[in-house]
Amino acid sequence: MWRAMVSVVKRDLLLAVRHRSELVNPLLFFLIVVSLFPLSLEPDPRMLATIGGGVIWVAALLAGMLALDAMFRPDFEDGTLEQLVLSPQPVAALALAKVFAHWLVSGLPLMLMAPLLGVLMNLPGEAMLALLATLAVGTPVISLVGAIGVALTVGLRRSGVLLSLLVLPLYIPVLIFGAAAAGDAAAGQSIAGPVLFIGAMLVLALTLAPLAIGAALRISLE
Amino acid sequence: MNQIPFGSLEEFLAMGGYAAYVWPVYIIALAVLVANLVIPFRTERRILRDIARRLRREQRGMQ
Amino acid sequence: MWVWFHKLGSPRHFYRISGRLLPWLTALAVGLLAVGLAWGLVFSPPDYQQGETVRIMYIHVPAAVMSMVVYAVMAAAGFVYLVWRIKLADLVAAASAPVGAWFTVLALVTGSLWGKPMWGTWWAWDARLTAELILLFLYLGYMALYNAIEDRRSAGRAAAVLALVGVVNLPIIHYSVEWWYTLHQGPTTRGMRIAGTVHPDMRYPLLTMMLAFGVYYAAVLLKRTRCLVLETERDSAWVRELVKTT
Repeated sequence: MWRAMVSVVKRDLLLAVRHRSELVNPLLFFLIVVSLFPLSLEPDPRMLATIGGGVIWVAALLAGMLALDAMFRPDFEDGTLEQLVLSPQPVAALALAKVFAHWLVSGLPLMLMAPLLGVLMNLPGEAMLALLATLAVGTPVISLVGAIGVALTVGLRRSGVLLSLLVLPLYIPVLIFGAAAAGDAAAGQSIAGPVLFIGAMLVLALTLAPLAIGAALRISLE
Repeated sequence: MNQIPFGSLEEFLAMGGYAAYVWPVYIIALAVLVANLVIPFRTERRILRDIARRLRREQRGMQ
Repeated sequence: MWVWFHKLGSPRHFYRISGRLLPWLTALAVGLLAVGLAWGLVFSPPDYQQGETVRIMYIHVPAAVMSMVVYAVMAAAGFVYLVWRIKLADLVAAASAPVGAWFTVLALVTGSLWGKPMWGTWWAWDARLTAELILLFLYLGYMALYNAIEDRRSAGRAAAVLALVGVVNLPIIHYSVEWWYTLHQGPTTRGMRIAGTVHPDMRYPLLTMMLAFGVYYAAVLLKRTRCLVLETERDSAWVRELVKTT
């Protein structure tokens, strides 16, 4: 099972490297959405610093959601997904491998790009660290929960808006704690609470989401 | 049950000055509850009628 | 017991039994509602702090409670459908969603109408109201997914998975919203008190209304499920027989 998971990750990473432009698009989206906020409000550095953590988290959620579609759709279209589901290995484990590969090429870059956007939003150094810490534990939750939504809608022709309807409400707890940590850090408080809570969500998502993804994939492929 | 806390009908309708909030709540609630009850009753009758019509058409087709 | 259970699981017997049950349930729901309305509107005393606006609670609290109960029923029915493939469970879940969504809307609207005189604003980002709003999003997502998938069988199963994911998430959402609320506003805006802490003069009309809403939901659920049974079984022999004899 371990070998199968590793080979799924390797294959997905290789495919991702070959389609580099698709990886860059969500990152560009992330950058553009964040830069819209100073333009629509006012570029007052103090206000930007207070709303910055929340804005970057919302933008990260949206960018992460846009990237979700690439997780299963190409495999669904060329039949690889069916092979995966029919293989003797447990679907949940293979799904977990796919989500991990997807996180490496979508969630991780979002996280690494966040400090740059933090500079644009005038975030203080502590808030930047808090943002990095919460994104580090939060983006895997986004990928895992989002994967359930994608697995449920992959069989549909147009699923973009529907996917956001299904997935965004489920993201709210991560958003609340992620954005709050940035604010806490800027106020000089400890961020251990929010980070640990998102960590608990990550553990829960790691154990339950693969089962839901596996069940959803089976239903979508019928 | 207790004594009626309102002295007159006007007092009852005024709801202690909160008529503009209390009455809409009850009107909206009743409207939603009645509509949600009536609609499925009508839907069932419509479905039964549709099936009956289809059956008659089929029987005519067979003759 | 099990035979009876199995019989109920078959659409045909469900249709027969629910047909016998429905007039009683509907009458009971209407009766309880009438008693609850009279009690809440006329016979119960005003609150010493909230004045007459406390009467909004007799609608708001039952609607909010039912919005969560219905979601739980929907998820449980979805689970039964996923595990045992009982078709009727899928129909029960599908029939529950719109009713639950309407209860949620009712809770939101009445909460807003209570908030205006009490908080001075139509919408406060109060913890309970916010959680209720997110619950509405979950209902809408459930119905959107159900409608988007053309094949009935996989629509029901996909929606069931989503409902179960939602049920796991709801406590987390509730907790995080509660936490977020105390972080930002503190307990300055007074929340709405629930049944347990209320004075008996208000508790009994409130409990009557809750019971009324529960029975009402049961009646609407049976009726809606009957409609879905007829729609999905329209070509079966027993439906044809039924239509002929009426």
